[in-house]
Amino acid sequence: MRRRSLLAGAALGLGLTLAGTAMAQDKTKACFVYVGPIGDGGWTYQHHQGLLAVQEAFGDKVETAYQENVPEGADAERVLTQMALSGCDIIFTTSFGYMDATNAVAAKFPDVKFEHATGYKREHPNVATYNARFYEGRAVMGTIAGRMTKSNKIGYIASFPIPEVIQGINASYIHAKKVNPDVTISVVWAYTWFDPAKEADAAKALIEQGVDVILSHTDSTAPLAELAKTPGTIGFGQASDMAEYKPSPRVSSIIDNWAPYYIKRVGAVIDGTWEQADAWEGIAGGEVEIGEITEAVPAEVKAEAEAMRDAIAAGSYHPFTGPLNKQDGTPWLAEGETASDGDLLGMDFYVEGIEGDIPK
Amino acid sequence: MFILEKRPTPSRFWMAATPILAVILTMIAGGLMFAILGKDPFVAIRTIFWDPLFDPQFASYSRPQLLVKAGPLILIAIGLSLGFRAGIWNIGAEGQYIMGAIFGAAAGLAFYPSENRLIFPLMVAAGAFGGWVWAMIPAILRTRFRTNEILVSLLLVYVAQSLLASMALGALRSPDGGGFPGSRNLSQWATSANPELIVGTGMHWGVVTAFIAVIASYILLQRHILGFQIRLAGEAPRAARFAGVNPNRLVVLCLGVSGALAGLAGLFEVTGPAGQISIDFNSGYGFTAIIVAFLGRLNPIGILLAGLLMALTYIGGELAQFMLGLPSAAIQAFQGMLLFFLLAVDMLGNYRIRLGFGRAA
Repeated sequence: MRRRSLLAGAALGLGLTLAGTAMAQDKTKACFVYVGPIGDGGWTYQHHQGLLAVQEAFGDKVETAYQENVPEGADAERVLTQMALSGCDIIFTTSFGYMDATNAVAAKFPDVKFEHATGYKREHPNVATYNARFYEGRAVMGTIAGRMTKSNKIGYIASFPIPEVIQGINASYIHAKKVNPDVTISVVWAYTWFDPAKEADAAKALIEQGVDVILSHTDSTAPLAELAKTPGTIGFGQASDMAEYKPSPRVSSIIDNWAPYYIKRVGAVIDGTWEQADAWEGIAGGEVEIGEITEAVPAEVKAEAEAMRDAIAAGSYHPFTGPLNKQDGTPWLAEGETASDGDLLGMDFYVEGIEGDIPK
Repeated sequence: MFILEKRPTPSRFWMAATPILAVILTMIAGGLMFAILGKDPFVAIRTIFWDPLFDPQFASYSRPQLLVKAGPLILIAIGLSLGFRAGIWNIGAEGQYIMGAIFGAAAGLAFYPSENRLIFPLMVAAGAFGGWVWAMIPAILRTRFRTNEILVSLLLVYVAQSLLASMALGALRSPDGGGFPGSRNLSQWATSANPELIVGTGMHWGVVTAFIAVIASYILLQRHILGFQIRLAGEAPRAARFAGVNPNRLVVLCLGVSGALAGLAGLFEVTGPAGQISIDFNSGYGFTAIIVAFLGRLNPIGILLAGLLMALTYIGGELAQFMLGLPSAAIQAFQGMLLFFLLAVDMLGNYRIRLGFGRAA
């Protein structure tokens, strides 16, 4: 008697487990971890647009979930573990600082796929990394900046001195300099991805130094809000279009469009074809878009910028094409030579002409 | 109207009951907020307070995480409570926490990649030393030049943060990191790792130290002459002076102990859950611990419970954000409510509420 009920219980338990797995397989669960709030109007907002696009593309076949404002560090590991426990099939971790946490949790959940944005560690077969060639967009913005500045002073609000950010500074400067040999660039390090107050302070400080064009590599719209108070200054939408500041101070923008990548990768999980990868698409792949160039920019400058965008998209122009020297004057790229991806991913130097040091 | 009447002596009943009352009031007010946000308030409250402890899907993971999150809070809060009782206000535990992590990590990384059992104890000592040194700055400035330790300790937090950034980018940056900021991962190097002592319990050396600190502080305050002096200095400074308590010695001692404990918390965090020195390694434990210390009424056992409760609202709050799609701001507001109600009902311990109809003066 007792044994029978035990068996019955076991059978019931097994049945439930099977039913549970079947149900889980019915819907693929895609989860997202964000470093900022979804309303930041920049970086996190764009990732969240990607989530919404995934939901729209697959409808009932996927379930999505996200958590915003997750600090980089010890807390990230817990959030990721809880997501994996809750049945997520694929987890996108959308900030550089989640790198170690992503790999640590991936080791414990080999059946869950992890996608880490902007990182380089893929320690387990279930970890992929992805990034976008933002520097391509910077080349276009740099061209506009060089043409538009009257004081010949460009400002750059940088987040952290990591290669991705340094690429952006160099690409902006090279292309501004190309169209305006008198241009100088001032870099302010904010040491944050998202802090509207700090970003606004940085913009204020730059404007006081006589800067009239500001590029930023932080996530909020605060620098544009600051520029809007000072007539004659312009800036660019960063990560998101930031269209509410059109036509000026926002004269154009670099838009991160994660939707195609997210749809592709979630689709691969549904089909069972997901594999580890290291994606790095740019304008050509549609991940980096150039937002509308407004009427605040003269038509010939707009045409020049669009020509550069199209040349990069077509693959006929690389934003890092020699001759280029490093800041200390040592040669980097010879005439006609283009930078390798390896060089770009480890970039820890300014190009010749930029003043100041990268914080060490 | 309501009239507040001061009790001749604080009510023992209400001293014990107010934290529970505060939690209940928070659940009611928070539930209302969740309902306004369009979520089922009962499900939300259950997700925050119940699921991390008992939900079959999460509990086995989140219960140990409670200790991981509460450990540093308790350790720091115990140190702070000693000073707070004596009227010595160390607001800069966050900075001491950072310095502990930097000193400890640097001491360990100097020997990378050797494998010697003595390195970890050395790192622990260096961590405590780092926090202690950082706390000695406000201590000496106060005893020698009568500077205000609240301001000095607080401002030193920002100095410590800048140092942390420069360490992550410079001296302690991992040579294998491809130019990216951040030190080597200490939790992945066996010599410096501070792993779970028993798998699945969340117990790492930091949590053990926190428990030891709770017991030690309890004994100190109840049984030791120094504990008596600390309490006396806070409750009756003049009497303390007549009783021969040396105020300068007390300042140096209280700031030193709280600094060293905060430094230890930083060291155990950087070698364990956080793993590496990074630009934003500190996540506010030093400031949250101030709240924990007061939440626990500066009593060691109270701090232990308060630390666990804070940890629960963090972990449950994360779960609620994720499972129910609640915005993170709503969870922060909920935590804010808890503190607000605790402070608000605190008054019941010292005052009695009377209905004052017909007793116009």
